[in-house]
Amino acid sequence: MTTTTADAVLPYDEVLEKYDPVMGLEVHVELGTATKMFCGCATGFGADPNTQTCPVCLGLPGALPVVNAVAVESAIRIGLALNCQVAEWCRFARKNYFYPDMPKNFQTSQYDEPIVFEGYLDVELDDGEVFRVDIERAHMEEDTGKSLHVGGSTGRIQGADYSLVDYNRAGIPLVEIVTKPIQGTGERAPEVARAFVATLRDLLKALDVSDVKMEQGSMRCDANVSLMPKGATKLGTRTETKNVNSLRSVERAVRYEMCRHAAVLDGGGSILQETRHWHEDTGVTTSGRPKSDADDYRYFPEPDLVPVAPSRELVDRLRTTLPEPPAERRKRLQSAWGYSDLEMRDVMNAGAVEIIQETVAAGASPAAARKWWTGELARRANNEGKSVSDFNVTPAHVAELDGMVTAGRLNDSMARQVLEGVIDGEGSPTAVADARGLELVQDDGALEAAVDQVIADNPDVADKVRDGKVQAVGALIGQVMKAMKGQADAAKVRELLVQRLTS
Amino acid sequence: MTDITRLTAAEIADRLTRKEISSVEATQAHLDRIAAVDGDVHAFLHIDSEGALAAAREVDDRRSKGEALSPLAGVPIAVKDVVATQGQPTTAGSKILEGWIPPYDATLVSRLRAAGLPILGKTNMDEFAMGSSTEHSAYGPSHNPWDLERIPGGSGGGSAAAVAAYEAPLAIGTDTGGSIRQPAAVTGTVGAKPTYGGVSRYGLIALASSLDQAGPCTRSVLDAALLHEVIGGHDPMDSTSIDAPVPPVIAAARKADIKGLRIGIVKEISGEGFQPGVQQRFEESVQLLVDRGAEVVEVSCPTFKQGLAAYYLILPSEASSNLAKFDAMRYGLRVSPEGVDSPSAEQVMAASRDAGFGDEVKRRIILGTYALSSGYYDAYYGQAQKVRTLIARDFAAAFEKADVLVSPTAPTTAFKLGDKLDDPMAMYLNDVATIPANLAGIPGLSLPSGLADEDALPAGFQILAPATRDDLMYGVGAALEAALFEKWGGPLTPPELTSATAEPTAKEALR
Repeated sequence: MTTTTADAVLPYDEVLEKYDPVMGLEVHVELGTATKMFCGCATGFGADPNTQTCPVCLGLPGALPVVNAVAVESAIRIGLALNCQVAEWCRFARKNYFYPDMPKNFQTSQYDEPIVFEGYLDVELDDGEVFRVDIERAHMEEDTGKSLHVGGSTGRIQGADYSLVDYNRAGIPLVEIVTKPIQGTGERAPEVARAFVATLRDLLKALDVSDVKMEQGSMRCDANVSLMPKGATKLGTRTETKNVNSLRSVERAVRYEMCRHAAVLDGGGSILQETRHWHEDTGVTTSGRPKSDADDYRYFPEPDLVPVAPSRELVDRLRTTLPEPPAERRKRLQSAWGYSDLEMRDVMNAGAVEIIQETVAAGASPAAARKWWTGELARRANNEGKSVSDFNVTPAHVAELDGMVTAGRLNDSMARQVLEGVIDGEGSPTAVADARGLELVQDDGALEAAVDQVIADNPDVADKVRDGKVQAVGALIGQVMKAMKGQADAAKVRELLVQRLTS
Repeated sequence: MTDITRLTAAEIADRLTRKEISSVEATQAHLDRIAAVDGDVHAFLHIDSEGALAAAREVDDRRSKGEALSPLAGVPIAVKDVVATQGQPTTAGSKILEGWIPPYDATLVSRLRAAGLPILGKTNMDEFAMGSSTEHSAYGPSHNPWDLERIPGGSGGGSAAAVAAYEAPLAIGTDTGGSIRQPAAVTGTVGAKPTYGGVSRYGLIALASSLDQAGPCTRSVLDAALLHEVIGGHDPMDSTSIDAPVPPVIAAARKADIKGLRIGIVKEISGEGFQPGVQQRFEESVQLLVDRGAEVVEVSCPTFKQGLAAYYLILPSEASSNLAKFDAMRYGLRVSPEGVDSPSAEQVMAASRDAGFGDEVKRRIILGTYALSSGYYDAYYGQAQKVRTLIARDFAAAFEKADVLVSPTAPTTAFKLGDKLDDPMAMYLNDVATIPANLAGIPGLSLPSGLADEDALPAGFQILAPATRDDLMYGVGAALEAALFEKWGGPLTPPELTSATAEPTAKEALR
């Protein structure tokens, strides 16, 4: 339990009247390599503690690191996608400090010689405005192990009876992407922060270098925030909110820190340079450890590793493996699919671009693909607390369903029933429709009989329609559909009724 | 029949091949010798009779089946205790690793095992290889077989003493600033530091990663070359390992041809400051090389003067980082601070390090931590690295004029135990001739050049060659060795060790 007295915060509008925010974002990404950064151990998530370890990642006396070439290639591809320069020659450095779950008591990282540097990422905000975030650098390093504090009520080290360390994560390759100070965002700072992380996440996913699961910690964001009084030129003191692990939290944490800083500054206080912890449940940050620029990591070039000198041929080859930038791809698809900006944004937010692309490729119309995936399926998934990928529904199923609707074999409500059958594992849409006897009645004779019967049974309503109140026909349509057990084309029913009552 | 322990490794290998003796016999003979004399010499920290004999039996068995074996198969060996040996203790001469048994073999140990060399045990050393006398071992000093009251050199004094005392025909040493060559010089044995990266460092408990190099300790140049080929060669587990075949060192040692070779005498590492007897033996050896057809040139390496200072910044800096892992949490010694009820991890760590590290280790950790600190880095570590570059340039220029460079290996013969223990600077000066090779990463070899007149103790002759030209130094070394043996009528032999030759009281006083 963190016992904290709530910090004072200033309302957001007041913050913006008086101050300009400056942000610096540091995003750690666990690379999805099969083996660790400096040894051949597996990197799978969730294995039994300490089963994916060896003398190297345990830092045993005598063990030596060897650089994972795939991790280097991933770092270079990330750099190229972020419009960075790639170092012709760089080194690893040792960052010396004590940490209980860091087996060597130094972290092998990069210091003044990062593998890639000086780039940018264009970030599109919700209203379509594009904000350019400059990238300072991206460097390679290794992850630490994980501590588990046993006993005590909080799972924190205070009050614990003992601590256990799992070194499975120790040595997993990380790339840390560091922005330059982001200025000029004004009120949009929290939004820019979220959009940056979201855009980066999409990019890394498209690069296929990481599973970018923020909730599992394979992508984590440290947000540095400071405020400058309006008109000032000197940067304010910053705080660093560590390991924020969702897009929403990034936005909230930045906003919270802005409001907290402003309250401190307004009260005549000064900001303490420190790390902060974000609390998802309460929406506040609490003080971590003080951090000064004087933190002395005693960096020096890692003597156990030879320098990394990627050849220009390698860099050129890696450049050809870059995917289409997500922003460009989005524009291209939106235009091809004929979606409005709003529709495209819905699709993006639902994370349904890939699946819609596959569904359209399988023969569905873009409109139907969007309707099914971001409508019915998304709604059901949401209700059941699942993701659409948890269902047995494939893009081919949706395309098949759309084909049946277009051919007039199913109406909308029948199509929903068919989809339900597919979700329940009853087979393909065709198989479900056959098994459940769902097929629009094409026999005009039966339909005409039902129409005549309903007119005869409801003379009052029929007269209203005859008198010109055409909207009253709806009640009759419902009756006919009921008589037909729903297996009639509603448009056709309407047509028949109007024909009978007005001619 | 000649006592097996008096034979060189090549001679033992020869008799094994001809099946005149078995590996079990050779191994047992050395174990018996260890039992007889190691109480006085204290070359070993751990003896693995069972494991060595099992390995010997296996190689005998394979030989009897007619299997193709490595040239040194069946020849026993001792390994410096800084090298990880699976299932056998490895302490690096430190209390902080007392009782630690590595779960893995160093690459060079795997290669020894694969080549069928029975491992007799682990040899004594200065704690974490910091020292030039083996007096900084947490387990007590080793003694020089030439005079048990004297140091056997350091940090690999145990390996050199074991070879000099006929306890092992071969031993593994590591050389960070001279820890193979300087002990060889003061014990009258041969020690070779290969080119940096020539032998894998995987499994060597690091002292200073950019300087450490494992290599052979033997009684002949040919033996050193034979062992070099077994342990050398590329290792994918060591990023700094050279990705090229081992130079033809055995062929060079057998050929021993120096006709027309240019021998460079480095002005800065001979003459003034060197013990007259050592200097004299050095000059006579140079003359022998000239007699055999070599040409002598004098070369100057002016930045060598700064070498010692640079070394004593780079080494502690890297060591302070390498030794950070010894935190008493996962293996080795753990000490609870006295008078603290429930100590924190930091308190346990501090108490353990206080008890587990010796004075010399603490001195260098503090020095290194300081030298790497922000604000001091550029003035110390950065400057030292620049000196290192200049030293490499000096060597490059010298190797333009000469094929190999020569000097006395150590400025003096073995000093008495305890003499320099309170004077770190005097101790550090012992490595003044050997350190430049480590800073530049080039290979170096020391072989005995005779006994100094003043004290009748061995003097060492050092041969340095350009990087990856280890074969050159073996060729010159073998030629000089042959010339000296001809002059002496055979190898130098230390006085006979009989039990209890050392004064036990003197030994106790040093612990």
